[in-house]
Parts: sequence; C-alpha cells; structure tokens
Amino acid sequence: MTEINEVPSPFCGAGTDDLTIQVDGTSLKVIKNGCAINTPAFEQPLADTQPRVNGTITDLATAVAKAAAILQSAKQPLLGGCATDVNGMRALLALADKTGAVVDHMSFNNARSNILTLQDSGWMTTTLAEVKNRCDVLLVIGTDLESFTPRFFERYLWTDAAMFLENPVQRKIIYLGQAPSGNASSSPTGQDAQVFECTQDQLPEAVSVLRALIKGRPILAESAGGIPITDLEVIASQLKAAVYGVVTWCVTDLRFDHAELTVQTVCEIVKDINDQGSRCSGLPLVGKEGEQTANQVCGWTTGYPARVSFAKGFPEYDPFLFDSQTMINAGEVDAQVWVQAFNVNAKPLSVTVPTIVLGRSGMAFEQEPDVFIPVGTPGIDHAGHAFRMDNVVAIRLKKLRDAGLPSTAEVLTAIERAV
Amino acid sequence: MLIKLTGGTVYDPASGIDGKKQDIYIHEGRIVAKPNDDRPVDKEYNLSGKVVMSGAIDMHTHIGGGKGNIARTLLPEDHRQDPVPRSIITRSGTGYAMPSSYVTGYRYAEMGYTAAFEPAVLPINARHAHMEMADIPILDKGGYAMLGSDDFLLRMLTAKKDQKAVNDYVAWIINASKCIGIKVVNAGGISAFKFNQRKLDLDEKNTYYDVTPRQILQTLATAVKELGITHPLHVHGCNLGVPGNVDTTLDTIQGIGGLPMHLTHIQFHSYGTEGDFKFSSGAAQIAEAVNKHKNITIDVGQILFGQTVTASGDTMIQHANHKHAHPNKYVCMDIECDAGCGVVPFKYKDQNFVNALQWAIGLETFLLVDDPWRIFLTTDHPNGAPFTSYPHLIRLLMDRSFRNDMLATIHPEAQKMTTLGSINREYSLNEIAIMTRAGAAKIIGLKDRGGLGPGNWADITVYTENADRQKMFEKPDYVFKDGELVVVDGQVVHTKWGTTHIVKPDWDASVENELKGYFDRYLTMKLGNFKISDDEITEDGRGSLTVHPTKGVAL
Repeated sequence: MTEINEVPSPFCGAGTDDLTIQVDGTSLKVIKNGCAINTPAFEQPLADTQPRVNGTITDLATAVAKAAAILQSAKQPLLGGCATDVNGMRALLALADKTGAVVDHMSFNNARSNILTLQDSGWMTTTLAEVKNRCDVLLVIGTDLESFTPRFFERYLWTDAAMFLENPVQRKIIYLGQAPSGNASSSPTGQDAQVFECTQDQLPEAVSVLRALIKGRPILAESAGGIPITDLEVIASQLKAAVYGVVTWCVTDLRFDHAELTVQTVCEIVKDINDQGSRCSGLPLVGKEGEQTANQVCGWTTGYPARVSFAKGFPEYDPFLFDSQTMINAGEVDAQVWVQAFNVNAKPLSVTVPTIVLGRSGMAFEQEPDVFIPVGTPGIDHAGHAFRMDNVVAIRLKKLRDAGLPSTAEVLTAIERAV
Repeated sequence: MLIKLTGGTVYDPASGIDGKKQDIYIHEGRIVAKPNDDRPVDKEYNLSGKVVMSGAIDMHTHIGGGKGNIARTLLPEDHRQDPVPRSIITRSGTGYAMPSSYVTGYRYAEMGYTAAFEPAVLPINARHAHMEMADIPILDKGGYAMLGSDDFLLRMLTAKKDQKAVNDYVAWIINASKCIGIKVVNAGGISAFKFNQRKLDLDEKNTYYDVTPRQILQTLATAVKELGITHPLHVHGCNLGVPGNVDTTLDTIQGIGGLPMHLTHIQFHSYGTEGDFKFSSGAAQIAEAVNKHKNITIDVGQILFGQTVTASGDTMIQHANHKHAHPNKYVCMDIECDAGCGVVPFKYKDQNFVNALQWAIGLETFLLVDDPWRIFLTTDHPNGAPFTSYPHLIRLLMDRSFRNDMLATIHPEAQKMTTLGSINREYSLNEIAIMTRAGAAKIIGLKDRGGLGPGNWADITVYTENADRQKMFEKPDYVFKDGELVVVDGQVVHTKWGTTHIVKPDWDASVENELKGYFDRYLTMKLGNFKISDDEITEDGRGSLTVHPTKGVAL
C-alpha cells in the first residue's frame, strides 16, 4: 500500500492538485482533499480489463482489427465523446483525419454558448490564481457554483491569504438567478452571500437590464426578470465599485434557448466595466469530461474547437451541423467511436450504427456495442496532460497504479494504423 | 548514408563564405568534411546554378501557447478561407493568419525554415506551449520564458532581494519551463493593468509594487548575463504602438547601461509625434542608437498589409487597442499572477495613414541599421503579418525598384512622412543569410545550427537564383532537415520531428524553499506539479531536448 501526494485531478475542471491518494493494488482511496466529484471519480472500482467484440471477451489486437474493419467500411464515421487526455485527443484527431470522420465532444452543445460568444464578440477573462488573490466581488450568474466545483470557495475565496486583499473573508459573493444549494458561499465569519433569485427563463431579462444599468441607461420598469430594479442596481453598483470584480457562470446551468445571448450579455458587462475605467473579469466554468482538453488540442490541430468534420479531407467547423445527435438522428452517420476515459456513466448517445466504445473500465451497456475496449483513465492508469477550466493551465497527470489497461492514445493509434 | 550536394553557390556567413561554389557532404544528419577515403556517395544532388544556405531560423514567432489557440478559436472565418487538405504525407489543417500546428510546420519548411522560436512562453502556460509545438512537424523549436509581470519577481524587487536571489529564480524558471531565453513584455505593465493602470512609462511605478519598468529590465538583463544565458534579455518595450514611444525606446537603450538586450518588434516602438497627424517615423533615431550601441540587437516586426490577428502578452496595450479590432471582437486575459494575454484581430490597410507609415517605418529600420548580425527579419508573426509573407518582405529589402513601386501605392501623406524612397540600400544574399540564419543561431545561442561548416546539423535550403526574390524565397528546390530531404520544389515530401532547444543554467536549490511556500499560499498549483519534466517532452518518442551551453561566467 502506498500513498501518493499532490495528485492532480482531471475530473473537477479546476485541476485540483493537492489530493492524497492511497493505492492498494488497483484500488484507490482519496484520503486527503477529496470532494463530491473527485473522490468517487478516483475511487471508481476497477472492473473489466479485457476487450469484447460482440459481447465476447477477446484480446486487444482482435478488438482493434474489428474496430478498424468497421471504420474502413463506413462512409461517415463519427468520433464522439472525446473525453480523454491530450495524447488521446491527438490520436483521435489523427484517426479522424485519416477516416474523414466527424469529431464532436460530448459537451459541445453546452460549450457552444461560450464559443459562439467568443467567436462573435470575444471576452475578458481571468484565471483561478487571479481570483484567489484579487477578487473582492464575485457575481455568480445562474449557476450553482458549489455543485459544479465543490471546493471552489475553500480553495479560491475563503483562503487564509490573498496577495492583494487584506482580509479575504470580506469578499462579497452575489448570486443572480438560482440560489446556492449549500452554504459554501457563506464566509468563514458567517457572512452569507447576497442572493437575487429568479427562474431560468427570467435570467436573460434580468441580465440584460443589469447591463443597461451598468451602462447608465434609464430604466422605466420597476422590475426585470422578477427582480426589483433597485436590487439590480445594488448588483451593478457593487460590481462597478469592485477593485477586481469577477463574473462567473456555467453554461451547463443555463438551460434555456439561446443561452449564448445571455452569455454574450454577461461578457459585454465585463467589457463595459473595463471600458468605464475599472477592472472586471469573466470566469467561464467549464472543463469536465475533458472538454477544455478536447477544444485546445482540436484548436491547435485544426484551427477550430472540438466539433469538426474531416469528411472533405480538411477540417470544417460548424457548431450546429456537426452535432452528433443531430447527425445520428438524420441517419448521416454509419459508424461511431465513443471515447470516454473518465466517466463510466457517460455512454454513447445511441448504438443504432456499428459502435466502438473506448470506455473507462466498468462501463455497462443496455445494448452491447460491437466493440468495447476498456481503456486506462488518464491520471490514474497512465500519465498524461489535461487542461484546466481557465484555459491556460495544463496539468501533468500522474500514473497511480498499473492495471494493465492501454491508454486511449495507444488504442486509437493502433486502430489508425490498421485502417 | 553519404549525401553530396555538388556545385552549389554557398552563402554561409557562419563560416565567412559569401557566394562561393562549394560541395557539401552530409552523413548521419550532420554536415561532414569531404571524406578522405573513397567511400561511395550514396546520393548526389547537382546544385549547379543553385543558391545554398543553411535552414532559416525564425527567432521571434508566435507559434505555440495559449494566446495562439485563443486567436485560432476566435477567427473561424479566417481559417475557412484557407483549408489545407490531407495528403499521403501530410496532415490536414487550416491556414491563414494563425495556422494550425501541422500547417505551421509545413509552411515554414516549404519556405526553407527549419527552426522557429516562440518568444512569449508564460511559465504557467509553458506546458501548453510545448505540447502545441510538439505538434509542429519538421521544425526545431524553443521558447523564451516570460517574466517581469509575475508577482513573485515583483515581490522580490519590492523586498529589495539581491541580484543573486533573482538570478536563482530566473534560472529556476527557465529550467522549470524548458526554455532557452528570457523575455519581458511591457515590464511590469501586465501586472499594472491588473491594478487598473492603463499606461506605464519606463520610470513610472506600479501602483502596488514599488518598482519601475526600468528596474525590472536592469535586474533581468543582469540576471541573464550573470547566468551565462546566450540569448540576451528579449524585450518587448513599454508603450507599444503609442505615438512618441521612440523616446521611451531610446531611453530603454540608454538605460540598460551596456548590458546585452534584444529589443523585439522595434517597429512598433519607433513612433514620433510630428506632422499633421501627430504620428511620424522614429526609425532613423532608433537605427542610429542601434548602430552606436553594440550591446543591442533588434528584430523589426514588419507590418504588411492585409488581415491578421495580434496576440500579445501585453494586456494593457491590447485592451487599449481593442477599439481598432477588425473584425470587432477581442480577448483579454489576466493569467495566474504570472502574466496575461490579449488577442485583437487587425487589418493593416495601405490607404490608412498610420498603417502605411508603420509599413515604411519597419522598412526604414531594416535599411538604416548597418550590422545585419544585430537585426533580424520578423513580422512578429502573426502580429505584423503572418510568417508566410517573409518572401515578399525579402523582396522589399533586396529590390529597391520594387520597394519604390510599392511605396508609390500607399497613403500619400505617409509617403511624404518617410525617407524610404531616398534610401538606396538593397540587402545582399549574404546579408539575408546573416539575418535569417547565422545571426539568428548566434543570438539564440544554438550550437551546431545556422551554419554549413562540418559538424553542423544538416539543416540546408537550396534555392534557384531568381531576380524576383519573392519567387526565389517562397519556393526552395530542396530543404534538408537533419540531413533528411523534407521539401522538394516548395512542397513537403517527407516529415519528421525536430528537437526542442533549451538551456539549463545552474541555480541554488534553496530557491525552492521560498517558492514552495509561495506556491502553497498564493497559487493554485503545487510547485512539484508546475515544473515540466524531461519525459513530458520526450515520452511520446517524437520529441527530444537539446541542451545548449551557457557561458561560463563567474557569478
């Protein structure tokens, strides 16, 4: 039995790297600094380690040959899921390039709200260490921050020290939209967050009027999105008065049509404040299931984020047309590879076409795919790299055990060579 | 395998050879002397009538790291116009202003380049930069680690830590981030922007830290020198793009007090305030100062007309410039108490007075600086123009009548404000070879690169002599990388992986004690997880590290 310190996590998006993990053979136990997301993800028991073809256990070479044969005969393959590490994504893109596949990260429909905003008007953002050392006012838009990143407050806000704040416990936390699910946002000295509640479908209106107030536009209405204008003015004035305000949101929590327009309004609020002479930054909360990793690697390899078709022999990007669900529903796909090295519960959307799954050991299926290859989890079974939510920081994932599982990259490269 | 390149006209400034007919032999990736024995030549290339130079080296080009990927993601419309299909040999990708990584490698190689250096590696983003550069085929690469707005250094300077302590930190950073040089971007200015300062002059204090840009430059230039790092401190100065910044730049040159310093994309720092539009060329003053101060080297950061995207660590300036964004979108980021980045798309127009004069200022600088060993050919890719415009730029430098024809087409008021038309100088092939090969290798500190003498790695480019220098330089006949033929007639015929060039100056291990406490207390990553290990570069079997010597300077 060994203990490994300073273990970085590929699961929580924040790249938390202070975990201590006890390794006993192939079983892992988080003994320090776990959380509701990381602990179960690391402790997920090892299950099957052998590939299957049509439900029958076989060796890796046979499974790879079968996978290659399926892709070889496909007219339009889809490489979905895309939840893996940097090397896994590299291999996935090489395979896509060779087979003319569509590449689509499983979270792209959510990520799209951010990406459309970025590509239409851009944004001003910050990173976790800047939040930790500078943020004096945090505005949370429509998001339950502590369920997305359970240790966010502990690690980045209620810290013992901040370089540029005399008293980190005096940071102001403001929620607009849904109220927090727990009390992580209450300061260590008992100060609760200010909560201005509205429903999902009221949020676009509330955010729009907040922007108008920040720009100094006259508002005649008495409330917007169910929130009194006087309350929105309270938010606006605190954000404008902040030394280093941060506005955060998680697109997964913005469950209404055209959420990209609300994301854009949020990002324009941040820009407006900077243009008015104060500092303010956005912090989009993303990065689970290898989302940021997929977008980064696809970004430098193709020029586009991870929803790209190679069908014409070169990468084409369309955030709507190459939605794998849409393509499968329309019968435009005749084979799929689903890559999910992190999460046993994230399974292919449908297995109506010949399906190859590279999944985390323990993935169970209602309908057995044609090929199932259990792969190692980056950061547990092999070393690797992953990107954090804040985009610029890549973490070095450690190998914690040897369960004999191949990496995503090894399997996809073998398939690519066999095609 | 013994390869012989027969009868080419060789330009090899590293060996003092200026256009001499000479055979070159290649064995196991390196250039060798003519074998004494009668060993048979396995492959011979008849290069009679051809021009032979070593592979070109771009010493300042933004090819790897976060801001480049932001620039890519920001501009899908730019890539759509330039799809690059897959071939049997090459991967697919996209061009244009910020090409995808594979296309970057192919297009550089197809112009005869065999190495390129990313000048702005944020230490916290270094892992990303190296991973991205690992996906650039053919080229060798390397990076300059960015310091000067990182809170650790600013705290050291505020606390009046001695030079030795700073040296240890600088050496630790360059080791941890696997870089070959140290870069400063708007010294202290990226930090100042986080404190809401919107401008910062050379002697202006950061409102939080008791530190000026001048102090930062002096301290870091001293550290680089005392650590024996060959590449001088690589400086993106204060007040980029601001009319009147020529004075800041001259003051920066004076103020460094004879320490080696490289001023990058100096075109953007050579503006006066004369004339009806209060914008004028300071190139003559800059060139005079550079000619006089032998400790100074520069690269130009030439602008060329058309659409591009600017990607810089200088958030302060990039934020101020967002009003010029074309198309109208931009990204600014504050990053990890380390630095920042700003990405602003730009379209330089020949009928815009300012852009037209920027074009002329860059060319004036090239032509007025006497010593080609101390000036380097860059567009600050992609900031002034994409690197693919280098052959056009070379023609502007080598062909006066072509240059004057172009000059006659730009904004008429800009024509009146430049002396360009009266400058007769035309660069020679030897001078081009110095700027893009021998000089670049020397200033970066690359051992066994940038020359054609025996012992050098066989990075070799062969051109067909052509009076149209743009045509000549955009389509080499052959390019060899480490002795392997990778390009024929301007097309990639074979790919391989280049190495990553680094230096490893010594440092006192005790510096980690203080750093560990700082990381634990203020940062969001553990010190041990921050440092990039060798196997991160080499474990995939494609990457390798080449360590270059530091000068044995007594500390």
